[in-house]
Amino acid sequence: MQTSGLTFTDRGIYCAAGDFYIDPWKPVDRALITHGHADHARYGHGTYLCTDIAAPVMRHRLGDITVQTTGYGEVTQIGDATVSFHPAGHVPGSAQIRVDAGDGIWVASGDYKTEDDGLSTPFEPVQCDHFITESTFGLPVFHWQPQIEIAAQINAWWAACRTAGQTAFLGAYALGKAQRLLTMLDPDIGPVLTHTAIENTNSILRAQGIALPDTIRADAALDPKAHPGALILAPPSALGSAWARKFGPQQTAFASGWMAMRGVRRRRAGDRGFVISDHADWNSLLTAIKATKAENIYVTHGYTDIFSRYLNDNGWNAQVVPTQFEGETLDTETAA
Amino acid sequence: MKQFAALFTAIDQSTKTTAKVAALARYFETASDTDRLWTIALFSGRRPKRAVTTTLLRAWAAEQAGIPLWLFEECYPIVGDLAETIALVLPPPQDTSDRSLTEWIDLLRNLRTADEDARKATVLQAWDALPTTERFVFNKLITGGFRVGISQKLMTRALSKATGKDEAELAHRLMGDWTPDTVTWQDLIEAEDASADASRPYPFYLAYALEDMATALGDPADWQAEWKWDGIRGQLVLRDGLHFVWSRGEELMTDRFPELARATDFLPAGTVLDGELLAWGDGAPQSFNALQKRIGRKTVPKKLMQEAPVILYAYDLLEWQGQDLRTFPLSTRRSLLEAACEALPEDAPVRLSPTVAFAQWDELARVRDTARDAQAEGLMLKRKDSPYRIGRKKGDWWKWTLDPLTIDAVMIYAQAGHGRRANLFTDYTFAVWNGNDLVPFTKAYSGLKDDEFRKITAWVKKNTLQRFGPVRQVTPHHVFEIAFEGIQASPRHKSGVALRFPRMVRWRQDKNVQDANTLDDLNQMLKTYG
Repeated sequence: MQTSGLTFTDRGIYCAAGDFYIDPWKPVDRALITHGHADHARYGHGTYLCTDIAAPVMRHRLGDITVQTTGYGEVTQIGDATVSFHPAGHVPGSAQIRVDAGDGIWVASGDYKTEDDGLSTPFEPVQCDHFITESTFGLPVFHWQPQIEIAAQINAWWAACRTAGQTAFLGAYALGKAQRLLTMLDPDIGPVLTHTAIENTNSILRAQGIALPDTIRADAALDPKAHPGALILAPPSALGSAWARKFGPQQTAFASGWMAMRGVRRRRAGDRGFVISDHADWNSLLTAIKATKAENIYVTHGYTDIFSRYLNDNGWNAQVVPTQFEGETLDTETAA
Repeated sequence: MKQFAALFTAIDQSTKTTAKVAALARYFETASDTDRLWTIALFSGRRPKRAVTTTLLRAWAAEQAGIPLWLFEECYPIVGDLAETIALVLPPPQDTSDRSLTEWIDLLRNLRTADEDARKATVLQAWDALPTTERFVFNKLITGGFRVGISQKLMTRALSKATGKDEAELAHRLMGDWTPDTVTWQDLIEAEDASADASRPYPFYLAYALEDMATALGDPADWQAEWKWDGIRGQLVLRDGLHFVWSRGEELMTDRFPELARATDFLPAGTVLDGELLAWGDGAPQSFNALQKRIGRKTVPKKLMQEAPVILYAYDLLEWQGQDLRTFPLSTRRSLLEAACEALPEDAPVRLSPTVAFAQWDELARVRDTARDAQAEGLMLKRKDSPYRIGRKKGDWWKWTLDPLTIDAVMIYAQAGHGRRANLFTDYTFAVWNGNDLVPFTKAYSGLKDDEFRKITAWVKKNTLQRFGPVRQVTPHHVFEIAFEGIQASPRHKSGVALRFPRMVRWRQDKNVQDANTLDDLNQMLKTYG
């Protein structure tokens, strides 16, 4: 592998020309972070560089850290490398990181989706020679429906819960998916309550100027009987908990790309599963890769072996790169 | 089809029994006679004969999806279900269809005589006219096996709600060798005479495992003890000069055990026996290994029949002289059974399974400890005044099995599961020590809780040493207690042993890799129990 450009080390993706790492999983001096999910933004680095939109949540999660920020498209010189961040469409503030260190253009895309969710800055393809891609849903069994159709399914379910006198619990992780769902809900059906873990993230996003629909914090002080017909957004781990049971008769649903598989839906034993993901589906992965015009593809997490074999069969020069990224799991942003 | 697909979705989406039964009962009240008859048939495993091979289905689906066949084949084990994999890879439908369930089934059955081009055209047209769930149901009609969490018990409960008929009577009506071609809804469910079908077995009575001390069962004099045999539970039905052998899973096994045909020479018509199908030799039951050679064989070569002749070891009499005895107490049924078996010659394919005499529970516990010597898994305890009930019911019958054998082993390989565990590492290979080497000896993929699987999955991702396709070699670190029911020598395995029903019982986080058992320990078990 080249000495310039990016290399794959046991600490993470490394750029020798600029002496920095991208989304490293072991402590390093200088870390460039694609987005704030826990498997990409870890504790213990010397300095962090991320987008200005991603920074507030990262500060909230990682506490006292040294953060520099950059806007989308802004060019930063780090050592002998020229670096810029470009929208990945995954969650608010998420970025693909473009690195030019003299020997071809590299793009580390972190996690991404190509559909505009109306909340995150929409994905923009970046032309490059070397593209590092995820493959969380890199199988042709994953085909997402448009967001508007999933919104109709969720709202119909919520309305039916309300008619049956049940509280609708919708499980989603706290950064990104929860806010996206929030914008999809029909406020005419009833009030929307949020688990504290989600509402904390909401507050930070609102404070930085991201408009979110009204929500009611469902903390210990809230009377569980005060909001009949409500939908409650909560992390999946909180569904069925003692806290959740206080709200009386209820139905639970999960919102995840994994819900496309009947087996996974059944294992979760929820009442419903809505197929919606902040990762690219099969067709979007291929579209995104084509749009980069890159010849060299590095597949980092998900169905890496199968996906890279397909790419190699279709004219790309693809290889599997081991990482500790998790992609989308059902329980948290990363598996505990 | 929409109505059936909606029923399927309602059942599949709910985890609550009452909601499933309600949806099914509503369906039985409103669907057409042929559709509801087919629904009963499908949910009880009676599918139409396969019109198209799965090889062709896979090839057509890959072609329609615009993906290479190898990629389709990689998806299948991850999704875990062929019908679902096909439904998911296909592009969205461009057409619609209003065909009923029965009409789709008829269409598929007519395909059996069509040439391959016509079959392909029909299947592709169907795929292009059905949304994902209906497409999945359509594929299931071809590939078979509707496992939707509807037990026979729930189906009879729903039918009972819809028709007002007694559940036990319905359970009996649904048994037997019927298909939607040989019977109508009227004959099967509504008609007066329920025993018209000579082949019809009785619903099996199933025992729960005894968890308390046997002493909690009260006076030993009220109980009958028998060995719990390690064979195949079966019912032998003798009526009208014919014989039928049924498995507990309601599978007709008559042709697999031709030895039992001679039963009609020794027992009168109008007899139904419940017992265990066992390989017999040297005047005693043989191990399950001997019977295993016969499982899965639809026709039996003579040589095998001589090596491992099968008998029914009878322990209950459900019908005698044409009379249903199930409401009589066990003690009465046992007396009649002993009388019926008294005159059987030595070489008859039916034998009387003996009772185990005992006066005190602790005395019986000592007998139970010797079960492996008797080729038994433990004991059965049956209340002497109990009727023969339907399905799994607590109280009158208990199985009191031996504790499984266990060994502590090190996880060395992990593989992702499929179906409901597609995104978790759940299938592990285990090893024991041989000097400084770890020798793999078994795989196991059940017994842990979901949150344990999740923890191990995260660990596997970070501790992968090497990948072999889907299999990951991991750092030897975690010790698991593996339970199993039997052990035998196996030259095909590196370790030289093969286990029966291995599963994980505990993740021994308290143990180091050095604390795991050794190959010597396994060989010692082989000597004692093999």
